[in-house]
Amino acid sequence: MMWKWLHPYANPEISYHFSGKILPWCARLAFIFLSIGITWALLFAPADYQQGDTFRIFYLHVPAAMLSMGIYLGMAIAALSSLVWQLKLADASVAAMAPIGATFTFIALVTGAAWGKPMWGTWWIWDARLTSELILLFLYLGVIALHNAFEDKALAGKAAGILALVGVINLPIIKYSVEWWNTLHQGATVSKLGKPSMSADMFWPFLICFIGFAFLVTALICLRFRTEVLNRNSMRPWVRELVADEEKAHAV
Amino acid sequence: MTLLSYRAAFALIVKRDLMIAFRHRDDIINPLLFFVIVVSLFPLGVGPESTILSRIAPGIIWVAALLATLLSLDRLFKSDYTDGSLEQMLLSPHPVFILVIAKIFAHWLLTGLPLILIAPLLAVLLHLHESSYGALMLTLFLGTPVLSLLGAIGVALTVGIKKGGVLLSLLVLPLYIPVLIFATSAIDSAAMNLPYNGQLAIIAAIFFASLTLAPFAVSAALKVSTN
Amino acid sequence: MQFDSINEFLAMGGYGFYVWLSYGVSIVALALLVFSSLSEHKKIKQKISQRQKREIKLRQAAELQKAQTSADISHNI
Repeated sequence: MMWKWLHPYANPEISYHFSGKILPWCARLAFIFLSIGITWALLFAPADYQQGDTFRIFYLHVPAAMLSMGIYLGMAIAALSSLVWQLKLADASVAAMAPIGATFTFIALVTGAAWGKPMWGTWWIWDARLTSELILLFLYLGVIALHNAFEDKALAGKAAGILALVGVINLPIIKYSVEWWNTLHQGATVSKLGKPSMSADMFWPFLICFIGFAFLVTALICLRFRTEVLNRNSMRPWVRELVADEEKAHAV
Repeated sequence: MTLLSYRAAFALIVKRDLMIAFRHRDDIINPLLFFVIVVSLFPLGVGPESTILSRIAPGIIWVAALLATLLSLDRLFKSDYTDGSLEQMLLSPHPVFILVIAKIFAHWLLTGLPLILIAPLLAVLLHLHESSYGALMLTLFLGTPVLSLLGAIGVALTVGIKKGGVLLSLLVLPLYIPVLIFATSAIDSAAMNLPYNGQLAIIAAIFFASLTLAPFAVSAALKVSTN
Repeated sequence: MQFDSINEFLAMGGYGFYVWLSYGVSIVALALLVFSSLSEHKKIKQKISQRQKREIKLRQAAELQKAQTSADISHNI
């Protein structure tokens, strides 16, 4: 069995403690990378010769947009493994990822609009990238709403997983159709944001910001995953012991 | 006990659903009325100039068709879920695939088909370009089954939830976007006397993809909902 | 350092509003996400421990009642 090493992680107790161990490290690394990256982006990175200082929004917008898509993909992979291998923990991670992905999609949309206003002259433009981010936000909100609608969290995870899978099959079709639709109605767009040729002193702060956000996402997934695991296993003896122990530690 | 053949089981379920629907005729007529009313509100909202109306007619008809389908989706599994017959069907020895396809087919016969039949009349009201009628009918003919198929996934997921109505629209409408885009653009191309085979081919591809994949998602979702 | 003074930094070459709006909204959204995740985690633990305490209380009450009734019975005899 080539997957045997994975089996311990299917145990909720072990994965709860494992995610608890990597959580503080990810949080620390996220803090370090983000404080370096954001300072660099705001203070030391050069202004773009065409877009001036609005280019500093790029260091937020692009990582957020990339991560919003990446988290959706991760959610769908988790949903698939929960359906195929009946991993109950994968459902918990689907539920953990959805709000994080929605937040990053929201950030990508707001920063995109704030970047578009000085560049295009309007807050919103039906540009292919912004439109597909908007639809991605709807897909995330659907997953979250469906998960909240079920009382039984085990069922909620399964239902949200199915929806995430349906969404991920649709996402490329939606993206393709929106891009195609956008080129069709090109007359409406004023001037597209040309792909800026990135010089090295723009690339490094971008990379550091991206890594920082990625660590932040990992830390948040760990945290929310732990919450979901506790919620789903609240009657198990190990959870009771864990909570009782922490209570004692607090009392002392 | 003799086991029905797949075809007989399919026909039986379709017949049963049609019979139930004809006993509650309002369920068929109300989405159609909704379709007509929504479409006729637009000229009142944007003004009666025929140039503007014929420009936005494809979009209006298609968006109204999406919403009308959405209204009718609830019927697909709800009553069977509440009276327990859905669970019985899932327990039957036939593959769930057959059951799901049959129910979706019956739903399309009761909502998609009437929409297609009534759409040309509404197109007249909206001054749709004369050369686009063929495209309108063809896109509706290929597109409305996709609406029923994708909608069935949403209904199957929300059937066990008390207030599933609003949630259903949030789940289903984003999935309808590609059909909307390609259908309206096919009608637009037809209005300019351009070929629209490409858009039709894509809608057909979406139709076959959802025909093969959606029933699996629906049966997985029904198993979760009837748990 | 790209900016000579703090005012220049805040102005962002005339685009200050858009740049600071983006950074502000992002920071607020992420902070809300972090705090809500932390508080949800805490809440779930509180819920579990409260339920445990209630269970313990119920069990104690049940034992007390049992002891009392058996004491009553032995007293009557």
